Amino acid sequence: MNRGNVLKWAVAGAVTLASMTAAAEDTIKVGVLHSLSGTMAISETTLKDTVLMMIDEQNKKGGLLGKKLEAVVVDPASNWPLFAEKAAELLEKDKVSVVFGCWTSVSRKSVLPVFEKDDGLLFYPVQYEGEESSKNVIYTGAAPNQQAIPAVDYLMKEVGVKRWVLEGTDYVYPRTTNKILQAYLLQKGVKAEDIIVNYTPFGFSDWASEVSKIKKFGSAGKKTAVVSTINGDANVPFYKELGNQKISAEDTPVVAFSVGEEELSGLDAKPLVGHLAAWNYFMSIDTPANKEWIKKWHAFTKNPKRTFNDPMEASVIGFQLWVKAVEKTGSTDTEKVIAALPGLSVGNLTGGTATVLPNHHITKPVYIGEIREDGQFDVVWKTDKEIPGEAWSHYLPSDKGITADWVKLKCGNYNEETKVCSGQNFK
Amino acid sequence: MLSRLQRWHDLKLAFAGLASLMLASTATPAGAVAPETGDLPELVGGLATASYSEKQALIKQLVQTHDPRVRGVLDAMLEGKLYSRTSDGRLFIAAENNDVLDITDPLTGKPAGSMQSGDAGKIGINNQLRKTLRVALAQFDLASTDVNVRLEAVREMLRAVDTESIAVLHERLAVEPSSAVKREIRAGLALADLDSSEVSVRLAAVKTLAESLNVDVYNRLTAMSQAPAEGEAGEGDPAVRAAAKKALRTIDRKRSFYSIAQTLLYGLSQGSVLVLAAIGLAITFGVMGVINMAHGELMMLGAYSTYVVQLLMPQHIGASILVAIPVAFLVSGLVGIAIERGIVRHLYGRPLETLLATFGLSLILQQAVRDIFSANNRPVETPSWLAGSLQINEVLAITYNRLYIIVFTFAVFLLLLAILKRTRLGLEVRAVSQNRGMAKAMGIRTEWVDAMTFGLGSGIAGIAGVALSQLTNVGPNLGQSYIVDSFMVVVFGGVGNVWGTEIGGNALGVVNQALEPYAGAVLAKIFVLVFLILFIQRRPRGMFPQKGRAADG
Repeated sequence: MNRGNVLKWAVAGAVTLASMTAAAEDTIKVGVLHSLSGTMAISETTLKDTVLMMIDEQNKKGGLLGKKLEAVVVDPASNWPLFAEKAAELLEKDKVSVVFGCWTSVSRKSVLPVFEKDDGLLFYPVQYEGEESSKNVIYTGAAPNQQAIPAVDYLMKEVGVKRWVLEGTDYVYPRTTNKILQAYLLQKGVKAEDIIVNYTPFGFSDWASEVSKIKKFGSAGKKTAVVSTINGDANVPFYKELGNQKISAEDTPVVAFSVGEEELSGLDAKPLVGHLAAWNYFMSIDTPANKEWIKKWHAFTKNPKRTFNDPMEASVIGFQLWVKAVEKTGSTDTEKVIAALPGLSVGNLTGGTATVLPNHHITKPVYIGEIREDGQFDVVWKTDKEIPGEAWSHYLPSDKGITADWVKLKCGNYNEETKVCSGQNFK
Repeated sequence: MLSRLQRWHDLKLAFAGLASLMLASTATPAGAVAPETGDLPELVGGLATASYSEKQALIKQLVQTHDPRVRGVLDAMLEGKLYSRTSDGRLFIAAENNDVLDITDPLTGKPAGSMQSGDAGKIGINNQLRKTLRVALAQFDLASTDVNVRLEAVREMLRAVDTESIAVLHERLAVEPSSAVKREIRAGLALADLDSSEVSVRLAAVKTLAESLNVDVYNRLTAMSQAPAEGEAGEGDPAVRAAAKKALRTIDRKRSFYSIAQTLLYGLSQGSVLVLAAIGLAITFGVMGVINMAHGELMMLGAYSTYVVQLLMPQHIGASILVAIPVAFLVSGLVGIAIERGIVRHLYGRPLETLLATFGLSLILQQAVRDIFSANNRPVETPSWLAGSLQINEVLAITYNRLYIIVFTFAVFLLLLAILKRTRLGLEVRAVSQNRGMAKAMGIRTEWVDAMTFGLGSGIAGIAGVALSQLTNVGPNLGQSYIVDSFMVVVFGGVGNVWGTEIGGNALGVVNQALEPYAGAVLAKIFVLVFLILFIQRRPRGMFPQKGRAADG
């Protein structure tokens, strides 16, 4: 490379740099905090792609407030403490206006103090166990009353289930959800001896005796169902064992809260046909909005086989809500945007509307789907209208009289009896 | 198409006999008019717009028409091939062919052209409907010429018994030639007789069922062994009650025997997995004394070999597993030899360095797999001969994959034992592990023996990976989840002893499975670990320690 060339490159470099900084000055930064490596990468990578696609779309429409959106993608690598570090990096160093991120409850709990300290704004797109309402988080995934309770209701009323196996992976989401479900079932008159609760470790694979226990419990002459909060890898050997031990969905249906299109895409779904999942969105739902959305998604990912699932829809809703709030306030100031969010509505992909509630949760429809041979779901039941998300479950005695309201009370955990606000992240 | 028509024709003939029988005997109760063949088009048409519960009723009515054409409609509905055309709501049986539906009329069976898949909606079914459909279709299968089909049909019908199906079964019993089918029908009818209003009928039914292990029978008898209480079903007649109690005692005894047998089988299967994972380590760690932290990753390589073999022969999934065994042995074995030649041989006698080096190696291997195959788990298909379960009787069953694992592990164990005790390599391995200097003096190429031994242990880890690919997820973390268990088994069984590994692994498996129903999967595992720690305190050299000069290694 001769001298003239070097000079030319240097000038070119300088110009590019200059133009980049110039561009950076009038962009709005959007943080993406999803694991791109490690155990959660399987699920979270698609959420990153979803947010990137939304940003791309918005920029094609001319950006926001006359500025382009710029994605700042970081990789917290499925490592919970690293989530907090990366969140601090996004808020303090990159000064992002909003963050879309997290999947597991433990990662959300890890970043919560950071968002509250730096007064950031996080959109959390995954169904979770509830028992939380933070000023700085908008929960666009389902609370237990938007997934678990309607699913159990369906089984009880439509299928006539009398006996319940609550089977879960041993960590906070299944344990809290099962606690709520157990309280709910007992209130509905189910006898204590007709419920068993069972936990297995992460990545459990030796399901033989667990499944034969389910089989035995289910053969007491009453219709039995399994409510599964089994998470991640362990689902594959679990369903394989169900198939091998010939537990058919017709006799003992399994309703899962963590198994969706994405998880089924790596699995032979034939033995699973008829088992259930409860979500607020299914890829197979036949609405014009959904069809168009999937077409766009396939074009963006350049892969006509990529699946789209519930947490991805929740990401889309979250992004649209944020855009609407920014447009309404005319600023990206988190304080103003957070104040503007409650009451805002956008259309969801299944033909309904998602409205932000004062407790920072949103309204969602609930669908029960049966697994098809191709790994998609047939909707067999749905709620008549959207269900408002509850931060605190009124089926738990410890949550009696506790409300979250960021509009009037300005509190995420307000005890109506003692009139005391226990802070937004009490417990 | 031809075979389909042929089948159709056969069924029609077979059904004609049954239909005439049923028509002759099942007198329709006055008042309720049974639907007739003439109503068929209307009933079938109704399916297009019916809700799930209306479909339920429609299917019942369709069956009551006793029209042979119903079978095709119900069959198509169960298979998800029944569509209604959006434009006029007409129903068709359709075969999907690249967004185009080739349609046939459900009643005449004649082709009716084709339509775009967007122009028609599938008739949706749910679990309850699926069950109703299967039971309904079973009534048609009852007249099949194949004994096994008839047997299946009877079992299917017994899943949901009503007066209609009891009548049909009674008819069948009279003409049924096969004794096996007859026995099944009698047992089913006896179960229905338990609800009879006649005391003598109930008593006879209890006696017939005294040997049965069927769960429905068990539940009914349990209810009948108690006097009727408020809101609870019970048995009013004391004689029947006593008979039910006596029958229950016999059944209970049998059931508890089989439940112990089941725990034992499950324990052996879990133990076999442990043994399989550990037996390669029993050689590298046990015989050679090398702490190989990358042992799990050698298993992972075996599992990925299975995946690659399946990719190369997608038409022969059944045979792919058998092909994968030698392939995985070679892949992992060669990687093992490379590890020994490249790293381990420089570190003999320095256990800490070996541990660290092989641990680093395990991370490298994991990342390599992540980069080559992606971080996601890879789907390894289960061949049909490994799926399903062997039903020994109504309460005891073992899944085929577990059964094969037990057999397979034992075969691998015997093979290894034969290599160590009967071949020249085995002799040299034992010689080198007992006294390296002396073996060298006798002219044994110890370096070569080291490499071969390490390769053998690694290759067996690869074989274990093939088996694990059928039981668990094939992903970069597969090895990590087994490495601790493997060391545990080798240490428990006694270092340097292949027999110890076999017996130790199975013992741990059985203990774990025996505890699991009471303590749960998480606690059971903890108990086993605590037990192991205490055991090692008492016997640091494991269950079967090396004795004599071999112990000094």
